[in-house]
Amino acid sequence: MTIALPARAERRGFGIDLSKPVLYLFAAILLVLIILPLSWLLIYSFSDAKGAFTLLNFYRLFSESSFFDPLVTTFIIATTSAAICCAVAAPMGWLVARTDLPFGGIVRALVTASFVTPPFLGAIAWELLAAPNSGLLNQIFRTVTGAEQDVHLFNIYSLTGIIFVISCYTFPYVFVLVANSLDRTPGELEDASSILGGGRWYTARRVTIPLVLPALLAGALVAFLQAMTLFGSPAILALPAGFHTMTTKIWSLFQFPPKPELAAAAALPLLILTVILLRAEHMILGRRGYSVVGGKYGAPRLIPLHRWRWPALGLCLMVLTLPVFLPYAALFNAAFSPVATTFLTLHNATLHNVNFVLFELSAASLALKNTVILGTATATIGTIIAVIIAYITARQAVTGWRALGFLATAPIAIPGIVLGVGLFLSYTRPPFVLYGTLWILLIAFVTIALPSAYQQLQAAFRTIHPELEDASRILGATRLRSLWQITAPLLRTGVIATWCFIFVGVMRELSAAIILFTSETKVISVLIYDLNESGDLGAISVIGIGMLFITFAVVIAVNRIPGFGTVRFRT
Amino acid sequence: MRKPIFSRRDVLKASTALAVGAVFAEPVRAAPPPAEAVTPALIDAAKKEAKVVFYTAMDLAFAERLGRSFEAKYPGIAARVERSGAERVFQRLGQEYNSNIHAVDVVNTADQAHVILWKRSGWLAQYLPEEVVKYYDKKYYDPEGFELVTRVLVSPFGINTNMVKMEEAPKSFADLLDPKWSGKMVKAHPAYSGTIMNSTFQVARDLGWGYFEKLAKQKLMQVQSATDTPKKIALGERAIMIDGAGYLVIRLKEEGQPVDVIYPAEGTPVATSPSVVMKAAPNPNAARLFQSWMHSREGQQILIDYARQYSPHAQAVEKPGVRKLSDIKLMKEDPEGVENAAADVKRRYTEIFKV
Repeated sequence: MTIALPARAERRGFGIDLSKPVLYLFAAILLVLIILPLSWLLIYSFSDAKGAFTLLNFYRLFSESSFFDPLVTTFIIATTSAAICCAVAAPMGWLVARTDLPFGGIVRALVTASFVTPPFLGAIAWELLAAPNSGLLNQIFRTVTGAEQDVHLFNIYSLTGIIFVISCYTFPYVFVLVANSLDRTPGELEDASSILGGGRWYTARRVTIPLVLPALLAGALVAFLQAMTLFGSPAILALPAGFHTMTTKIWSLFQFPPKPELAAAAALPLLILTVILLRAEHMILGRRGYSVVGGKYGAPRLIPLHRWRWPALGLCLMVLTLPVFLPYAALFNAAFSPVATTFLTLHNATLHNVNFVLFELSAASLALKNTVILGTATATIGTIIAVIIAYITARQAVTGWRALGFLATAPIAIPGIVLGVGLFLSYTRPPFVLYGTLWILLIAFVTIALPSAYQQLQAAFRTIHPELEDASRILGATRLRSLWQITAPLLRTGVIATWCFIFVGVMRELSAAIILFTSETKVISVLIYDLNESGDLGAISVIGIGMLFITFAVVIAVNRIPGFGTVRFRT
Repeated sequence: MRKPIFSRRDVLKASTALAVGAVFAEPVRAAPPPAEAVTPALIDAAKKEAKVVFYTAMDLAFAERLGRSFEAKYPGIAARVERSGAERVFQRLGQEYNSNIHAVDVVNTADQAHVILWKRSGWLAQYLPEEVVKYYDKKYYDPEGFELVTRVLVSPFGINTNMVKMEEAPKSFADLLDPKWSGKMVKAHPAYSGTIMNSTFQVARDLGWGYFEKLAKQKLMQVQSATDTPKKIALGERAIMIDGAGYLVIRLKEEGQPVDVIYPAEGTPVATSPSVVMKAAPNPNAARLFQSWMHSREGQQILIDYARQYSPHAQAVEKPGVRKLSDIKLMKEDPEGVENAAADVKRRYTEIFKV
C-alpha cells in the first residue's frame, strides 16, 4: 500500500560542471523571454509621451471612468466565470474519473473539443446563435411562441452573454485538472478509510476532497486568469455590447494615436492581481502536494451510480451542447447558407462561402501556412524547454531552481496582449530586430505557452516518486539512463499532451498575434478577427471549420504515432 | 529611441527633417510627373516581380474581385489583398514603416487625411497613369501624382425593410433621436473605419457633438467597420444602420436582401477614397501596373457594376439603381480638418459612446 507523503525535497549529487551551465543557459533564455518585454512595459508605465518619469498614467487609470470601468467589468467577468467553471467542471470531472458513468471517453473527447475551440470562434458562433434579433435560437423562440419582432430569449451582446461564452471555453481547464487529479489518486487511500470504518461521505470529505482540492483550487485560479486575460471573446462581443474589458481597452489604446504608456499602466493591475493570487494559492495549499504514483499502484475505485448513470450522462451531454454541439452547428449553418443566420435547407444551400475562401480570399493560404509552421515550431521548442525546467525544479537538480520555476510561471501573469506589446517594444529595436518575421511570433507563443506547459510537466514529474529513479540508480544505471528508461516512459503521456496543448494553443492565440503580425506573418486567428471586423461571417465559418479539422487531425495523429501506444489525450 | 510606435508627432518630426534635407537635395515642390502609359516594358517588368500586395479598406469581396480580375488580365502576377478598416490600415502601415518593413505596394484608404500625412513623411511615389490625366476631373487626382481617388464613398442610413417600412423610417439625423428607435440601430466606429472617421467629423461639425450625446442614449449596437453595418441590417440584427458603406446596402438590395438606403435630410456624409503607390514598394512595377489598371476604365467599371460605388472616371458607364452623386445632398468633405481633429474625434467619441 502506498502512503501519500508530501514530496520529499532531496538534494541530489549532480556534477557541478554540468548543472551550472544548464541552469545559466535556461535562466538566460527565460530572462530574455520574460524580463526584456516586462522591463519595457514597466518603464513605459512610468513614462509620459516624451519619456520622462511620471505617475500620471496610474492617476488617469484610477480616476477616469473610461479606464476604471473596464477594470471593474473585467473583475466581475473573471470572478463569475471562474465560479461557474468550478461549479460545472468539478462534478463532471468526478463523474468521469470516479464513477461508472457510461461513455466517459466520449465526454472527455467532447471536453477536449471545447478546449480546442478558439474562444473567438466560439464567440462568433454564439453571435450566430444568440444575437438578440438574428440569433438562430431567438428566431426559433419567436417562431415557437409567436412573439413580436424585438422580443428575445438570449442577448449575447451583454455582460451575462460574455461571461457565458468565456465560461464555455474556460471550464475545460478546471475539468482537466480535477479529472486528472482524481485519475491519479489511488483507490487504496479510500480503501484504507473504508476499512477503518469511514462511511462513503466521510471518506469523500476526509480523503478524496482534500486530495483533489489542490487541483480544484489551481483550476479556479487558472479559470480566473484565463477569463481575466482573454482577448478573443471580448474582442468579438464587448464592442457591440457597449463596454470594454481591460484587454479590449488595452488593444484600443494601441489604435491610432497609440498610447503605449497608458496601455502599460493598464496592464500592471492585471499583473499585480495575478501575482497576489498565485501567492494566495501557495499559502492556502502550503506544501500539500502528493506523490501518488509510487512503486506500487492501485487503480482508482469506481463508484457505482446505479439508476443515476444515464441521467448523469444526459447532464454531461447537455452541458457540452453549449460549447460544442450548438456552436458547431451554427458555424456549419453559416458556412453553407446564403445569409449567415438563415436556416439551411436543401434548397438554399450554397458553396459560395467555400468558393470565396478557397479561390478568392488571397490571404488565406499564407495565413494557414504561417499558423502550421508556428504551431509545430512552438509546440516542439516549448515542450523541450518545459521538460528541462520541470525536471530541474521537480528534482531540485541545481541550486537556484526556485528562480527558474518562478520565471517559467511568470508569463501566466501577463495578458497575451500586454506581452505582445512588450515584445513589440523589445524587438523593434537593435540588437534584436525581429518584428516582421515569424520569429517574434514564435517567441511570443513560446512565452505564452510556457507556464501551462511547465506546470503540466512539473505536475507529471511530481507524481512520479523519485524512488523509481532511485531504484534504477541503485541498480547501477547512470542518471541519464534512469531518466531515459524510467522517467521518460512514465512521462510520455504528459509530454505528448503538452505538445498538443501548445499546438492547439497557437491555433487559438489571438491576443499577442494581433499586435505582432504583419501582412507577411498573418496567422489564421488574425485573419478571422479581420473578417469579423467587416462582418464576413460566412467566410469565418468556413475557415473556422477548417481550423477545427486541422486541430482535431493533429490531436488524433499525435495520439496514433507508432510506439507511443494509445495515449488518452487529456488537455 | 523610446518611441518605436508610430505617432503623428513622429511623422511630423520626420517630415520636418526630410523637408530640411530636401532643400539641398531637390526642390521642395516636386515637379508634376509625366503621364505614363501602360507599356509592354512595364508589363514585362511587373511579370518578373510576379506579385503585388494591396492594403485596402474596401469591402473584402470587392477587393478580392479586383485582385482576381487583375490576375486574369495579367496572368503570372499574383495580387494579395490585405483588408481592414482604414484607420487600422493606417496604423498598420505606420507600425510597419517605422520598423523598416516595406511589404506593401499599393494602399487604398477611405480617409484622405492619411494621404496628407504619408505624403508629408515622404512615403509616397509619384505616378500618374495616362488614363487618369485624360479622363479624371482634376479634383480627383493629385497633379503631382502622389494619390488618385479610386472611389467616392457616401455614408447614408440603411434600413431592413422587413423590420421597418420605408414610410415610417427615419429620414433625418434628428429623426434618429426618436425614442421609438431605441435599441434598434447599429453604428460603425471612427477608430476603425475611415468612412466613419469622416462622417463623424462632418456630423459633429454640422450638428454639434451634442447630437452624438443624445444619440448615445439610444442603446446603439456598436460595430467596427463601415462594411459591417450593412451586413448587420441584412441579417436582421438591427432595423436601422446609422452610418456605413452605402454601396454595400445597394449591392445587398440587388442581391435580394430586404434592405434599402435613405439619404438623410441634413446631408449625407461623404469621403473620397484615394489610392497611393508606395515609394518603397517591393514590387514597384507591379504596383504601377495595378494602380494604373485599378483606375482604368476596366477597373472602374468593376467598381460600378460589381461594387455599386461612385467612380471618378469620366468614361465609366453608370449603372441604374444608384442615385447620382449630384442628386444627393452631401456634407462637405474636409481632409485637413479631419487630419487635425482625428485624435480629438476618437477621444470624444469614446467618452460619449463608452467604447
